[in-house]
Amino acid sequence: MGKRSRRAALSPFTPSPAGMVVSYLILGFWTFVVLFPLYWLAVTSLKLPIHVNDGPVYLPFVDFQPSLHAWRYIFVDLRNDTLRPYMNTVVVGLTSSILSLILGAAASYALSRFQYRPRVGTILLFIGCVALAIVAIALGVAWQIAVIASLAIFILLAQTIGRRFQRSLGNNDIAFWMISQRILPPVAVVIPIYVLYQRLGLLDTRVALITTYVATNLPIVVWLMRDYFQTIPLELEECAAIDGASRYRIFWSIVIPLSTPGLVATFLFVLVFAWNEYLLALFLTSAKAQTLPLTVAAQNATRGPQWWYMSVLILIMIVPVIAMAIALERYIARGLLVGAIKG
Amino acid sequence: MNKLTSRLERLAGAAFLWPTVLVILFLSIFPLIISLYMSLARLQFVRGGFKISFVGLANYRKLFLGSEKEHFLGVFSNPSPLGWLIFGAVVVGLATALWRYVRDENFSPQGLFWRGVTVIISGAGAWLLVHTLSPHGRPGTLVVTLIYVFVGVAIQYTLGLLLALLCIQQLPGRRFFRVVFLLPMMITPVGIAYTFRMLTDLTKGPFAPIWLGLGFAEVSWVNDPWGARAAVMIGDVWQWTPFMFIVLLAVLESQPIEPIEAAVVDGATRLQILREITLPTILPVSTTLVLIRLIEAFKIVDLPNVLTNGGPGTATESLTLHAFMTWRTLDVGGSAAVAYILLLVVTFVALVAVNLIRRRFVEAL
Repeated sequence: MGKRSRRAALSPFTPSPAGMVVSYLILGFWTFVVLFPLYWLAVTSLKLPIHVNDGPVYLPFVDFQPSLHAWRYIFVDLRNDTLRPYMNTVVVGLTSSILSLILGAAASYALSRFQYRPRVGTILLFIGCVALAIVAIALGVAWQIAVIASLAIFILLAQTIGRRFQRSLGNNDIAFWMISQRILPPVAVVIPIYVLYQRLGLLDTRVALITTYVATNLPIVVWLMRDYFQTIPLELEECAAIDGASRYRIFWSIVIPLSTPGLVATFLFVLVFAWNEYLLALFLTSAKAQTLPLTVAAQNATRGPQWWYMSVLILIMIVPVIAMAIALERYIARGLLVGAIKG
Repeated sequence: MNKLTSRLERLAGAAFLWPTVLVILFLSIFPLIISLYMSLARLQFVRGGFKISFVGLANYRKLFLGSEKEHFLGVFSNPSPLGWLIFGAVVVGLATALWRYVRDENFSPQGLFWRGVTVIISGAGAWLLVHTLSPHGRPGTLVVTLIYVFVGVAIQYTLGLLLALLCIQQLPGRRFFRVVFLLPMMITPVGIAYTFRMLTDLTKGPFAPIWLGLGFAEVSWVNDPWGARAAVMIGDVWQWTPFMFIVLLAVLESQPIEPIEAAVVDGATRLQILREITLPTILPVSTTLVLIRLIEAFKIVDLPNVLTNGGPGTATESLTLHAFMTWRTLDVGGSAAVAYILLLVVTFVALVAVNLIRRRFVEAL
């Protein structure tokens, strides 16, 4: 009851009849804008080539006789060519989302509970040594030697000179560093990653996609979850700590269950990113590990625009995410809001 | 045993944080450093691998002065009087901002230096815009990306705000609109690109009779540079307006009700309430929201690649697509250079935006 009246109080404007008509007109127009492309996809998937090529027809059974030929072609004739990218997308999407959620949640929990004081000097030294290693490799030194040598130099200098620089960074700096990785355009890092996976023999595998997606999605998880963890009261954790629960235990059996709504929203967000990702998959896969966006995009190149097949592919690709979005709509708004307010 | 647990306990801080740090280091930071090196080098594929030779700034010189200039920056020509007017206004505005800072009591040489850099880069950007968008000019990928980002985000924010304001009213069926408006955000851009290709087809698309009636049947707007860019932007707006909408709606719903009620009692009009109470309340979230979208919008690649294939010519190519096309011609160094310029542009825009936002807050307080 209390909740109900509160909700009513939150939207104070009862529009006048004229205002209501205008509102409905605008909202109705945008509903049409949103739904019509989806409707057109569904209708086109039921058309025969002739229905498309002879100009537009709009209503099944009225304008034209619907046919399931495109669906049959995609699911029966092209069974494996459809199933393989689909399974790739599902496996890559779920695995990378779960992994980035686990890693990112742990990191953002740590950033909102522990104190970190990394020294500026140590970080600068580290960057210098990495640069040194890269230059050495570029100059033709074997990479094993270069890595070991620069690591040795780093440890040596960190133990001696590094201690003199007392300036250190705090948790907020670490969080900012992680979140700011979102600024990075994927295309700026994809070529070295391509070369790396080529060397490791991982090109065109799911592992390659999963690890890359984890890296691109971690900033989102840290960004959304850090603010969420800060809203969780400390008392429960303190009680558990007094009872002798370890940090890991507290995290796993108290913090995680308490933050389920935030985790759900973040998971959905990250999953959608991985599900729809195009550029990285374009670089890193060719056949075996190809994901659905690429399959859809490749349709045009191989057979020209065959809208009916394309519509089926797009539909089977977007239905799961749309279903999830409808089911979890409330979580999405809340999960995003926490991040946007603190940002 | 006890020793082990206490040891593990002390390691907890590191155990929680380090995996993420390592993943970001290995898959973002190191590749970024290597990319920088690659953008300064020429990579040649030879039998059994590749050969890297350091070429300095040659890849960048090619983009700004050499053979790729038309592709990257565009074709320059004398702006129309209107173009000069806009450029003049921008320069005067930037100069005034700088002058006001010099007269400011918080003046510091360091602050002046950074503001000077910002003003010079913005001025150069304006100069580039008016020269390539002039009647006989042609915008390159850099300008096209900037148009996608700024025009697109502005439209998305305006539309999202309008829809959110309509949806907080007491309307039967609000929940339906909220769920429906959310959907485009979930759909893969590749799918959107194909769907809009169907919709914009002038002979087989659903709007064909309308185009026919208007006498446009013979010209495909995907073959006209500005038509094609508009198609890409419409797709982008369709997809990302929901993001603005849903967050703004949540903010509007959580704004305190008392000031509005008081204003209503005092006889304020809807417009006054909107301007004086609602907009200031949602300003902080709005700025973050716009910043997020600006950053994400710079990465646009799927829509232009699939919807128009970057064409006609290179009219709809974004910077990311430019980098990919260059990569496909095996010019790895050139591709890395384009990607690095994109990174610099995004970072510049993000930094300026963050600083503007922060100042706005300080002034507001």
